[in-house]
Amino acid sequence: MEYAIALLVLAAVVGAVLSIPLRRRGEEERRDETRLAELEAAKEAKYREIRDAELDHQMGKLSRDDWRAVDRDLRAEAIEILRQLDRLEGRTPDGGMDR
Amino acid sequence: MAGVGSACLAVALLTALYAVGASIYGARSGRREWVTSGRRAIYCVAALCVAAFAILEAAFLRSDFSYALVAEGSSTDTPTFYKVTAVWATQDGSLLLWATLLSLFASAVLFLTRRSLRDIAPYATAVLGTVAAFFLLLMVGWENPFDTLAVPPPEGAGLNPLLRHPAMMIHPPILYTGYVGFSVPFAFAIGALVARRTGADWIRATRRFALIAWTFLGTGIMLGALWSYTELGWGGYWAWDPVENASLMPWLVGTAFLHSIMVQEKRGMLKVWNASLICATFTLALLGTFLVRSGILESIHAFGASTIGVQFLVFIGLVIAGSAGLIISRLPLLRSEARLDSLLSREAFFLLNNLVLVGLCLVIMWGTFFPLISEAITGTEASVGPPWFNRIVTPLALVLVLLTGVGPVLAWRRVTPAALWRVLWVPVAALLLTLIALLALTDASDSPASLAMFCLVAFVIAVVGQELWRGTSARRTMTGESWPRALRRLTGRNRRRYGGYLVHAGIAVLFLGVAASSAFLDQRDVRISPGESFEVNGYEVTYREATAKLGGDSSGTGAPISFGAVLDVRKDGEHFVMRPLRNYYTSGDPSLGTISRFFEGEATSEVDVRWGLTRDFWMAVRPDIGSLDAQIREADEKFADSPGDVQALIVAALAERYRSDPPPAAFRAIASPLVVWIWIGGAIAVLGALIAAWPSPEARLRRVRSLYSARLGRELSRA
Amino acid sequence: MDPSRKRKLRLVVALTAAVLLATALIYTSFSASTEASKPSEIKPGQSYELTGKVVKGSIEHRGSDLRFRIRDRDGSHSVPVTYTGVVPDPFRDGREVIVSGELQNGTFVAERDSLVTKCPSKFTEDKKAS
Repeated sequence: MEYAIALLVLAAVVGAVLSIPLRRRGEEERRDETRLAELEAAKEAKYREIRDAELDHQMGKLSRDDWRAVDRDLRAEAIEILRQLDRLEGRTPDGGMDR
Repeated sequence: MAGVGSACLAVALLTALYAVGASIYGARSGRREWVTSGRRAIYCVAALCVAAFAILEAAFLRSDFSYALVAEGSSTDTPTFYKVTAVWATQDGSLLLWATLLSLFASAVLFLTRRSLRDIAPYATAVLGTVAAFFLLLMVGWENPFDTLAVPPPEGAGLNPLLRHPAMMIHPPILYTGYVGFSVPFAFAIGALVARRTGADWIRATRRFALIAWTFLGTGIMLGALWSYTELGWGGYWAWDPVENASLMPWLVGTAFLHSIMVQEKRGMLKVWNASLICATFTLALLGTFLVRSGILESIHAFGASTIGVQFLVFIGLVIAGSAGLIISRLPLLRSEARLDSLLSREAFFLLNNLVLVGLCLVIMWGTFFPLISEAITGTEASVGPPWFNRIVTPLALVLVLLTGVGPVLAWRRVTPAALWRVLWVPVAALLLTLIALLALTDASDSPASLAMFCLVAFVIAVVGQELWRGTSARRTMTGESWPRALRRLTGRNRRRYGGYLVHAGIAVLFLGVAASSAFLDQRDVRISPGESFEVNGYEVTYREATAKLGGDSSGTGAPISFGAVLDVRKDGEHFVMRPLRNYYTSGDPSLGTISRFFEGEATSEVDVRWGLTRDFWMAVRPDIGSLDAQIREADEKFADSPGDVQALIVAALAERYRSDPPPAAFRAIASPLVVWIWIGGAIAVLGALIAAWPSPEARLRRVRSLYSARLGRELSRA
Repeated sequence: MDPSRKRKLRLVVALTAAVLLATALIYTSFSASTEASKPSEIKPGQSYELTGKVVKGSIEHRGSDLRFRIRDRDGSHSVPVTYTGVVPDPFRDGREVIVSGELQNGTFVAERDSLVTKCPSKFTEDKKAS
């Protein structure tokens, strides 16, 4: 008896909680947002790589030439990510970046 | 309340299944509201599990023996601390703990990723919901922790005395948290594969969870070892027991995963490998839970035979088949974005470390399941003992520690041999100096493997020290900061890196303790009477007197009878007293005599350890209560129907008799060098892992939307 | 050497090494393993890992020796055992134990410190059975 009552009450409460989002009107899905978040994450990772390489170089783990090459590649990749971000956000590059 | 508990579990099961269905439907149809509802269903599962757990916990605290579980695993005379923890000493209770921790972890990660990873998260929700549903189904279908007894017994059986140890009681939840934690990266890996988003996003989102899980699992293993050392009365900390191995295997593969995901994050390589590793880690975590509970392998820790072995095997089989099929079907998407530039690079060494770690896991798995393998092949059940494990694992461990040192100094992509030598000569010099010093000053050459380990430990610590030094001086030249400030800023800005290095140093220190204590341990077993002495490792030990106490065990185990010994230990003018005990618990067996019952139940050693930075002195006693047998039998007959207080008097008289006229007692004394560094090293590693897992300032910034407009040059100049 | 051949060569070397290591592993495990046997199965002149239950009332201490009998898990055939060394905490009458050694003159002489006792099941199993 106790079991049956508890079962019904709990099921009702959970059902009510779970139906709240369903009753709300479906939010406009922004497809871009996912892509934006991904690019943001990629950008952060790329920045970290650039800083890591710089730290490695300063600590003598990466020769000057190696570091230059790695750093150039990484920066080029980072710039590409920034371009894509801008395109997505509908902005044009501001000064300082487009060398 | 038992009915409410059962209802919580039943509703939680339905809710978990709903979460699976709703999030998959939402993801397929693109209707976000269903995804949201599915995610909230996981929160509801967590709430229901917590409620069920609280109800059970309350029953244990009240000693409500109408619950079968409470009658089985607790008693009114069990100390309160152990009443709280007795919940997970039972099979049903530990399943509930698993489900509760899983749903809490799942809720946390789904809450944190609710606005990101929109493609992956719904499928991850479905995977987490499935795992939760499996554990809930086990409880609802077969092992309901809320089963009640029609006729509650007047007294419960009590908590197994062997488990009355602080380390043992927090060990299961911590270990389970580790197991459960790995389900999060597993779920997101599966989600990423299903959603065909095979970049490094899922790794970035769950890396921290994997690290936290790894830390908990490692801590759990350490606590288990500590329990073995101080409670089991044999003086060792690792016996290659199937249940110990079962917890070590996912930890090893998890370690490999934590390293190789960095390669995917940085270089876009090893995608198949990473997905396979996390699936393997999670499978091994399930296997670990299964091994403890199934009793298919002979183990001293397998607590009772299980009724849910088949269900576990089926689920593990489904997990393996499902993840393997999924990975194979997504192979074209999992191509590497880059090639290995050079064998002398960090990624190449990470790959090597992965091979060693996975190899170690395979070796341990082979040894653990050898009884089953040999039975299948030769028809007879045979097992391999610790010597086999030690022989195979020692060389692999040496290689691993070497890699622990070499890995951090390597740069990504490529290193020239000249550059490598520039960063390695100091650690190599440290290694050689250690070798010469040890050979000249100690007898470490008796054990070549230990000697090699000592040298490698010096190498690793030198590497970590040098890394900190170089990093700090590089920062100083750049910013002109003071030493402490530069060090703080450096480690603060690169928590993951320097936390990781600290873990490396901790693991090296841990291996120092293992190498020293396994090769240079001095142990003696003697059987002596009061007044007699023996000698071990230069310590002169004298058995001063016997002790017998009723209900007076100072470590709070609630043992009714403790027999023990007081020993004087002398070495080089140093003098200390040791008081090892042996606790006797009352047996519930009604066929025993009224007085025998007090002595014929469980007995556990409460060892006395004098901890020391250079050497532990460990002592256990085994009193010979056989000498009391005649008196006990006599008392059984005379006082067969006596009331409780008379029985107590008789037991007190017997105890006093033991104290005043003690027979010879058996002692085990161990002088174990540097063993304490195992625990210190473990603690350092945990600290390092916590530092690495702490959110970095940059990750916190990432959440701020204003960062969207930030520019590459500006941000780099801040570093 | 062109890169693709070099990669292939590397793969072959790695695979060979893996196969060799696996063979060594399997070989050592079979040669180092000891068979677990029941008291009714053992014969003199060979070392065994004996498993079974401790016969009730058979445990006696003789000096530093421990003597007891082990019987088949599901039978009554039993064999006397002499043992020295550390006795695990859960060792009791009726417990399941594993001990290594060999049969000499009808007595199973156990290796020092080889006794393993399975954890007591009283706290879970018996209750459910009763």
